[in-house]
Amino acid sequence: MRNRLLTLFFFCMISFLGFGQGNETVEMADKMRSEGKIYVVIAVILTILTGLILYLVRLDRKISRLEQSGKK
Amino acid sequence: MRKSWWKILCVVLLVYTVLAGLLLPVPALRQLQETIRNLYFHVCMWFAMMILFTISVVHSVNYLRSLNLQKDILAKEYASTGILMGLLGYATGAIWASYTWADPNNPAFASFGSIVREPKLIGAAMALLIYFAYFVLRSSIPDLDKRARVSAVYNIFAYAMLFPSIWIIPRLLPSLHPGREGNPALNFNDIDARMRMVFYPAVIGWTLLGVWITTLKIRLTLLTEKNWLNAK
Repeated sequence: MRNRLLTLFFFCMISFLGFGQGNETVEMADKMRSEGKIYVVIAVILTILTGLILYLVRLDRKISRLEQSGKK
Repeated sequence: MRKSWWKILCVVLLVYTVLAGLLLPVPALRQLQETIRNLYFHVCMWFAMMILFTISVVHSVNYLRSLNLQKDILAKEYASTGILMGLLGYATGAIWASYTWADPNNPAFASFGSIVREPKLIGAAMALLIYFAYFVLRSSIPDLDKRARVSAVYNIFAYAMLFPSIWIIPRLLPSLHPGREGNPALNFNDIDARMRMVFYPAVIGWTLLGVWITTLKIRLTLLTEKNWLNAK
């Protein structure tokens, strides 16, 4: 009987252990950050962003040129 | 190129959004984890859409006051960029949701129907469809003045439906989409001060990008339609 109670207590404690962990530590991408891989992601996104912005700037220039030639 | 301070501001803010959005610390939330950073991208699409639709409806009202066809072109182009932003918001939301609250391992989401029943998604779809109808209506009227007048009036009605369908109705119904009780991303209690430092610049940056694209489209339309605009 005593053993049973002890085992019950033991398993209760284990479940509390698991419960506590589930609430306190949230798995964030810390490993990826510590390895510096996040900068790869930033490089990719910034490349896409620069590409899009350059495209817009070129379009803007072309339209300005059209507007200029239309005025003459 | 027409140099404007706000185009430079737009680029600076977007670069800041990417850098700060991915590098600055965010609160560790149990379900969202790192995906909370999508707030700087997904939510900004919707905010940019609402701002662009607002600019569009202002131009529509101005058209009805002045009957100047240029205003009609402005309203149309702002609405179309708004739709683009809305579609991007929808697409990014679909990706984000399927990895967070619309968990396929959750038995409640075993059927496609339970995701389709999500009021926030239906509301956003309604809002976008109403604006699609704006373009269908426009292209179905060949007469320029009639088209401008009818679509300006329709645009006001569409705008009146926008806010009930994306803000009010989803809040009256049970929903799993985050931010049901309150104004998502605007409520000071549920968005961290650290995140606000990135979120507000991000909204401005994405909106300015939308405005930039729209001004290019407007200038192009004014060039191609110059002949009949000047004939008036």
